Amino acid sequence: MSVRRLWTVVRKEVAQLRRDRRTLATMLTLPVVQLILYGYLNNEVLHQPTAVWDPVPSAESRALVAALENTRYFAVRYRVRNLRELERLLDSAHARVGVVVPPDYGPRVRAGRPATILVVVDASDATSARVVLQVAQGLGVRLSQDLQVRSLARRGQRPPPQPVEVRTRAWYNPDLRTQVFIVPGVLGAVMQFVTTFLTLGTIVRERELGTFEQLVATPLRPVELMLGKLVPLVGLAYLNLTFILLVAWGWFGVAAKGSLLLLYVLTFAFFFSSLGLGTLISTVSRTFVQAAQLAQLILLPSILLSGFLFPRESLPPALQYVGLAIPLTYYVTVVRGIFIKGVGLEVLWPQVAALLALGIVVFGAAIVRFQKKLD
Amino acid sequence: MTGQVAVRSSGLVRRFGPRVALDHLDLEVASGEIFVVVGPDGAGKSTLLRVLCGLLEPTEGDAWVLGRSVRQEPEAVRERVGYVPQQFGLYGDLTVWENLRLYADLYHVPRGEFEIRARSLLHEFRLLGVEGRMTAALSGGMKQKLALACALVHQPQVLLLDEPTTGVDPVSRRQFWRTLYELHRRGITLVLTTPYLDEAERASRVAFLHRGRLVACDDPRALRGSLPGGVVELVAEPRARAQSLLRARPDVRGVYVFGDRDRVWYMGSDVGGLRRFLERQGVRVDILRPVPPSLEDVFVARLSSEGA
Repeated sequence: MSVRRLWTVVRKEVAQLRRDRRTLATMLTLPVVQLILYGYLNNEVLHQPTAVWDPVPSAESRALVAALENTRYFAVRYRVRNLRELERLLDSAHARVGVVVPPDYGPRVRAGRPATILVVVDASDATSARVVLQVAQGLGVRLSQDLQVRSLARRGQRPPPQPVEVRTRAWYNPDLRTQVFIVPGVLGAVMQFVTTFLTLGTIVRERELGTFEQLVATPLRPVELMLGKLVPLVGLAYLNLTFILLVAWGWFGVAAKGSLLLLYVLTFAFFFSSLGLGTLISTVSRTFVQAAQLAQLILLPSILLSGFLFPRESLPPALQYVGLAIPLTYYVTVVRGIFIKGVGLEVLWPQVAALLALGIVVFGAAIVRFQKKLD
Repeated sequence: MTGQVAVRSSGLVRRFGPRVALDHLDLEVASGEIFVVVGPDGAGKSTLLRVLCGLLEPTEGDAWVLGRSVRQEPEAVRERVGYVPQQFGLYGDLTVWENLRLYADLYHVPRGEFEIRARSLLHEFRLLGVEGRMTAALSGGMKQKLALACALVHQPQVLLLDEPTTGVDPVSRRQFWRTLYELHRRGITLVLTTPYLDEAERASRVAFLHRGRLVACDDPRALRGSLPGGVVELVAEPRARAQSLLRARPDVRGVYVFGDRDRVWYMGSDVGGLRRFLERQGVRVDILRPVPPSLEDVFVARLSSEGA
């Protein structure tokens, strides 16, 4: 391996990058735009349009509807006068929740007799339906408790102690802010996009332009060529990381709890594997279009299987294993660990080891494959 | 010629899957030669050069460039040869000077020497003054000269050129050959491919390649003299009848169309008898005269006797 040849390739790449202003501008701005867009990704189920059928309104039924709205999960948009109307609203997806209050709800509650409310949920989307049902049930329990306490108090009695009480604490993100969780994950995902995007063209574009043959006819070794192309890209990727961190902090108000320096250092392990993967794709592809298609094979699983959007634990085991071959799976854990929990290498070393191992495998494959391709 | 061997191949085979691109090639190029490899498209010319500069590994056999085996030491071979691929392979978004510098660095040209070498190459190829220009903005002829300069910046003793004159206008072509002779005069061994037989006439030696096989290899004069019998040029009316009449004679080995004339490969010596034969059959003979055989005659004759 010759440092001079390696450095020569670096200089050539930098000169070409600097002249390709448009690509450079895209490379620097696109990640920021992506972060801002994806930063609003949200798995909360709020403000579900709700239709209420309350044939005989009373103070009690009004209190019930107000309590529903106060949870922020329900937005009462429609008042209906019969069941048919309710059905139509749910069928047409104008409403997702239907609430049916019995005509004798007020008198029953006042008399301390059991009353039943019907909550119908459009369960086409099972995930959000589950949330809505839970909230509705929870509300029912709380309303019942309140009524009991009140009727006991009227009779001058204290409520009995609850047999079991569950006390909850939200660690690491006490305000339960979605973006505290989402933004670091998106940061990882955007870095995965960037690194893949940056490396896709490295080898295949030389092949397409016809400069490849002249280049490999020189004593230049595959390792020198690949590293020489990657060094400037690592620089660019770090620049991207910096921009993204600034946006996360300035726009979303999400800052790392742990060490930023550690984040930068550990990101190198991620670059090693993700840039390696992109280079491998570029090496096996005959055309840039082919490389871009192959990249989809990485980017889509990166989104779905890495745990960046959906918890990995809820995936079927086979898909969990596939996720282990994706750099983002480890990087998301690293970024969230440093950002949200403020942990260090003592916790994150398995992820770092996995990233390095993955990097060695993909780079090895790229180099082996590259040498074969000269044939 | 020093008599030393610059390039040699022995039993060289290169396959691409089931396709045989080079079929047991035995070649020897002496140091200082202008060695032209001629053959139709798909004959294996480019494959041969790619094997010789270590870009492709031989499937069987081996080749040696300046004594280094392309199989065993491809890196050493690459350091010692200059290679100009058929397709222009320099970077359009680098300047002329940057391209030269890139290749000088890749070949480890001593830093102190680069500047002097680059200037003298630019001077020699009349590129002085455009060294700051983007390579993509150069004319075709200039690009070709720059490609040559980049292949020479590490002062190789062997230069491999893949179809350097394909698609080049006649004037530039003549200029290009002048440059090649100048390199030849300096003792550089030149191995180049071409689909044009007239260019082969300029070679010190010619190799005919057909379907990966070496059909003939000698200096042009010897090749022309190697044709048994002679060539007779013919213009006759009706043409098709003349051709079929001649083909039927045992002393005519072949009749080939060449533009508006036919060339007859005639084993006998009685050209006057041939004319009388045609006229007796009612053919009007306008021209019938012996001509010196061209390389093309030899090539075509060799191919037909090979049953190709």
